[in-house]
Amino acid sequence: MEHSSLAGRIFRGVALSLILIFFMFPIVWIFLMSFQNNDQILRIPPRILFEPTLANYEALISGQLRTAAGNLQISFMRNLFNSVVLSSAAVLLALLLGVPAAYAFARFKFRLGETIAFTLLSFRFAPPLLVLLPLSLYYQELGLNDTYFGIVWVYQLIALPLILWIVRGYFEDISPDIEHAYRLAGHSWREAFTRIAVPLAGPGIAAAGLLSFIFCWNNFVFALILASADKQPVTVGALAFVTASGIQYGQIAAAIVLSVTPTLLLALYAQRYLVEGLSLGAVKG
Amino acid sequence: MARLEINSVSKAFGAARPADGLSLAVEPGEIVAVFGPSGSGKTVLLRMIAGMFEPDDGDITVGGRSVVGAPPERRGIGMAFQNFALFPHMTARDNIASGLRAGGNEVASRVAAISKLLKIEHVLGHTPRELSNGQKQRTALARALIGNPDVLLLDDPLRNVDAKLRYEMRLELPNLLRRGTAAVLYVTQDYREAMAIADRIAVLIDGRLAQVATPADIYAQPASVAIARLFGDPTINLAEVSPVAEHGMLSAMVAGARMRVGAADGLASLGACWLGVRPEDLVVSSASADDAIPARILAITPMHEKAVLLLRLADGTEWLAALPPDAPQGAADDGVFVRFAPDAAMLFDRATGLRIGPSHRLKAA
Repeated sequence: MEHSSLAGRIFRGVALSLILIFFMFPIVWIFLMSFQNNDQILRIPPRILFEPTLANYEALISGQLRTAAGNLQISFMRNLFNSVVLSSAAVLLALLLGVPAAYAFARFKFRLGETIAFTLLSFRFAPPLLVLLPLSLYYQELGLNDTYFGIVWVYQLIALPLILWIVRGYFEDISPDIEHAYRLAGHSWREAFTRIAVPLAGPGIAAAGLLSFIFCWNNFVFALILASADKQPVTVGALAFVTASGIQYGQIAAAIVLSVTPTLLLALYAQRYLVEGLSLGAVKG
Repeated sequence: MARLEINSVSKAFGAARPADGLSLAVEPGEIVAVFGPSGSGKTVLLRMIAGMFEPDDGDITVGGRSVVGAPPERRGIGMAFQNFALFPHMTARDNIASGLRAGGNEVASRVAAISKLLKIEHVLGHTPRELSNGQKQRTALARALIGNPDVLLLDDPLRNVDAKLRYEMRLELPNLLRRGTAAVLYVTQDYREAMAIADRIAVLIDGRLAQVATPADIYAQPASVAIARLFGDPTINLAEVSPVAEHGMLSAMVAGARMRVGAADGLASLGACWLGVRPEDLVVSSASADDAIPARILAITPMHEKAVLLLRLADGTEWLAALPPDAPQGAADDGVFVRFAPDAAMLFDRATGLRIGPSHRLKAA
C-alpha cells in the first residue's frame, strides 16, 4: 500500500485532490451562494468575489420572504424543527424496536425467522409510491393523517429494515460464548443483552442509527403526501422557494446549508464510533 | 459440596449424535478429564451441563438437584472457554469481578486473592486486547473460579496457549482446581494433559463413553484397541495374531517368530486378535533368540529423553520402539531382533476391538 516513490506520492496527492474537489465543490458553491442575492447568483460569468449578504438567512429565520411580487410567509424554521423531531423520533423508535429484533434474528433460529427478516428488508426495495396511495387511505381512516406519530410510523419503513440488517450482522460477529460466559457468571439473559451484546455492537448500532437518520432526514415523498404544512420537514418545505416571481436561489442555498448542518454535525460526532470498529480482542483471532 | 451426575444423556443434531446415552458422576473435589478425538462430543457434553443446549433425553444433576431446563445463571457452574470468551470492553479486573454478584469491599479482596493465585495482579487494569494469550487464559480461569462454583467446566483451556505455558499450567492446574470442592470436568484433546491433570479420565468416542478409569489404568488396561491407540506417544504397536495355548501360556506367531503373549488362564486358543505392545516395552538387540522377531531398523529419531526406532518386522509390519537414550540402538538398516515380555502384550478381539483377559497386564502393573 505504501507508495514510497516521489512520483507515486505526487500521483496520490493529485488523485485525492481531484476526488475532494469533485465531492466538495457543490457544497462549497452552495455555501457561497447562500451569501449572495439572486442577481449575484445569476450573473454571467459567475464570480468568486462578491459582497456577502446575510439577507437570505435573515429571510429564513424571520420567515419573511421578500420577492419581486411582494412578501411571502414561509415556515422554514418550523420545517427544520419538524425534520429534527421527526427524524430523531423515527430513529429512536426504530432503535428500540430494531436492536432487540436484530438480536433475536442473530441469535435464535425460529419458524419463519428468515422470512420475516427478508420481508422487512423488502420494504427497502419496494418503491414508496407503490404503498403511498393505500397508506394515505388507511391513514385517513385511522386519523393518522397529518400527525407526527403517523409520519414517524411511516418512517419505520425506512429506518427499521436498515437498523435490523446492519445491527444483526454486528450481533452475529460477537461470539455467543462471550454471552454464555456472562450468563454462567450469574447474570440473566436481559443483563447479557444490555451489558455485553449491546455495548459490543455499539459501533454498528451507531452506524445504523446515523444512516437511518440521514435517510429519514432526506425523505420527501412520505411527508409530502401524509403531512400538511405545519408538520412538513425541510425537504418538502423547500418547495416554498419556487415562487410565482421565480426561484429564490439564494434562500434555497441558505436553506440547504441550514438543513445539511445537523446531519453533518451528527456524522462528524459519530465518526469516531464508526471508525472505532468492532474489536473482539478477547477471542482468538 | 455438590456431586455432578450425568444420567444417560443423549443429544442429536440431525443425523449426528454427539451424546448417546452418556452416564458419568464427578465427586466434589474430583477432576475428571473428558478426553477424545475431535468431533467425539466433548464440547456438546460441557454445553449441555452449562445450559447452552438441553439434552434430548436423560438428566443432569448438581448436588442431587436436576439442572435440566434451568437457565445457565442458576446452575452454579463456572466455565472456562477454549477461546477465552473474555468481555472485550471490560478490564481484566471487571472481567473477573463479573463472576461475583455481591458488591463492595468483598469483590475487591476476592479479585485480589484470585489474581494473586493466578499471577495476573499486574495486568488487572488491562483490557483483554492488551493481554497475552496466557494472561487471557488466566483471566478466564480466574473468572470461572472466583464464584466458587459447585461445578467447574474447563473446555480445552490450554489449547490456545504456547507450549511452555501449557507445561507450566499443567503443573499448576491440579493444585488450583483442588483448592475448592468443585466437581471439575476438564475437556482436552491432549492425552498427556488428561493424564497430568485428572483423577480419572473419561474416554469419549462417537458420543459414547468408551472407558472411565484412572490415568494409570487407562494406559495399562485400555478397554479397547481404539483407546490403546489414543494414549501413548509413540502409539502402540499392533499385529494380527491368533494365539494358542501351550504349556499354560498363550503364544502367537508374530512375523515368523513364536512369541509368548500371556498366561492361558485355562483357555485353549483365542480367535483372531490384535496383539498390542507399547513401544517402550520392546527390547531391541542384535542377538538372535527363539522368542525374538527378526527386524530391520528403518530410521532412528533421537528425542533426547528417549530414542524412537522405526522397525520393519520380517513380515513387513512396521513397529516403533522407544528405547532409553543410553541403550545401544544400532544404526539404520541394521538387522536386529525384537522381544517383549509376555505380560507386556495386550490382546484385543479383532472383530470388536475389545480387550481380552484384562488380568494379563495387571500382573505387570
